[in-house]
Amino acid sequence: MTGRKRQWTSLSPARRREALSFYLLISPWLIGFLLLTAVPMLYSLYVSFTHWDLLTDPVWIGLDNYIRKMPNDPRFWQSLKVTLIYTAAYVPLELAGGLFLALLVQNRIRGIRVFRTIFYLPTVLAGVAFAVVWLWMLNPRSGLVNLALAQVGINGPRWLLDPDWALPALLMMTFWGWGRAMVIYLAGLQAIPSELYESAAIDGSNAWSNLVYVTIPLLTPTIFFNLILSIISTFQTFTNAFVATNGGPLDSTLFFVLYLYKQAFEFLSMGYAAALAWVLFAIILVFTLLVFRSQRFWVFYSGERLSE
Amino acid sequence: MSNYDQRDPYILRLGGMRLFLRYMLLCLTALLFLLPLYWLVSSSLKPEYQIFAQPPVWWPVPPVWKNYIDALTELPFGLYTLNTLIIAVGAVIGHVLSCALVAYAFARLRAPGKDVLFVVMLATLMLPYPVVMIPQYIIFSEIGWVNSFKPLIVPTFLGNAFFIFLLRQFFLQIPIDLEDAARIDGANLLQILWYVIFPISRPAIATVAIFTFQFAWNDFLAPLIYLQDQSKYTLMLGLSFFRSSFEVNWAYLMAASLSVVAPVVLLFFFTQREFVAGITIGGVKQ
Repeated sequence: MTGRKRQWTSLSPARRREALSFYLLISPWLIGFLLLTAVPMLYSLYVSFTHWDLLTDPVWIGLDNYIRKMPNDPRFWQSLKVTLIYTAAYVPLELAGGLFLALLVQNRIRGIRVFRTIFYLPTVLAGVAFAVVWLWMLNPRSGLVNLALAQVGINGPRWLLDPDWALPALLMMTFWGWGRAMVIYLAGLQAIPSELYESAAIDGSNAWSNLVYVTIPLLTPTIFFNLILSIISTFQTFTNAFVATNGGPLDSTLFFVLYLYKQAFEFLSMGYAAALAWVLFAIILVFTLLVFRSQRFWVFYSGERLSE
Repeated sequence: MSNYDQRDPYILRLGGMRLFLRYMLLCLTALLFLLPLYWLVSSSLKPEYQIFAQPPVWWPVPPVWKNYIDALTELPFGLYTLNTLIIAVGAVIGHVLSCALVAYAFARLRAPGKDVLFVVMLATLMLPYPVVMIPQYIIFSEIGWVNSFKPLIVPTFLGNAFFIFLLRQFFLQIPIDLEDAARIDGANLLQILWYVIFPISRPAIATVAIFTFQFAWNDFLAPLIYLQDQSKYTLMLGLSFFRSSFEVNWAYLMAASLSVVAPVVLLFFFTQREFVAGITIGGVKQ
């Protein structure tokens, strides 16, 4: 497969037919990639160098969006700050929380299927309904959270209405989405050969040393996979913030993508919004690459790597 | 799934006390996960005065079923359901057809340039939607597709990197002898796909369909951008509009939320196996 410069002419007729079929079958994706990804990306790069309100023609302003507008835009910095803080807190929480749930439900004991379902169920509600449920749970006056706190004599904060508590509140409600990471961990746990636990048992290991010396090291590829997924999706947080707080109060939950959306579709500042999108892309790319690079220090692949 | 059913040695050592503690922990955690759902259901059935009662009313007596009728007639939720169904079913058809063809090509056919294209496809998995959101919007508005379902349905006929990858992983596990046998019998590529590959791949294809349906049902950002007339709204747009535009009647809002998510929750209950299996096909084995 890796003969790099295999010319079409050097292929046998049968192989040429096969190659033709290949391109015919993948043509939907290829067209989609060109029209909905490649061209839009180039286009958005161009747009990011313009000032454009969609109503009049775009005006070329060079790097102004990046070097003049952005650094002097306090809301840009605010949205960056909010997103970075949230991601830094959310990703480790989801990784650990998902692992906790997976370990809790990994063993085949009576009724375990019901528990797996319960833990996964909330992720099915992802989106508007998820946010609305928590809006109500965190209602300062009569949300369940503050009612429960009142029972033990604590006067709960105003959560999503308080600039100091809104972001922690958004973070708190996400435990409800740990099921997504859980099922991926479950599959990873499944792949760990049970002989390893048997031989560890012979060496007199207990549950804790099993976890630290067998389970977690062998699970690192899955942790890695979850980490990448989590980083990419968390940087794009939108719906929860849009529905629950719309960025407020006082921009305390102004997530990057929410700000980008507002620039594009509320202020009709397409050029600036496109520039913001590229900055987001760069940030995600850097983080993802860093994680990929870090693999060799902590990800342990047991079997030989599969290749074509 | 089968490995779950084996009695692993670890669990055998979970005797009496440990097993009891495990169940305690499971129940406490489950309670934490169920409380919001319970609160959602009970709030949706409360009369106005019980919503704000202190201490909380755990179970409304009598349950006000009329909340549902009132909430669902406050906005044209029937129309929104129809809109959402059109988009979701369209997306399911689009994804299943396009992704299966593309995935088969990547799994089985040899061609110059294939490896490069495969890497490119995987790379697009990492591309955040907001990066292409604005130019796509501009393109779709140039061709007059804004405020229609087309920008939400047509792209699904052009594949989706995640599902292509997932199906390819599945196709790779199918023994190639089956296809060879069919080929010797004179079947062409499409016949092989239709009569050999698709029937075996029903679980994986079901996964793609279920995920697509769920995603399309819950999707918010893309409908928010493209659908402007209220008559074109999806359920999620309707729910968000409901939340922001009325003097919030929480009982109504909860009743509407529950109704809106009920179909995907039911879908989840009926297809749990595919759900869990599907997430894990592509995830772990490279």
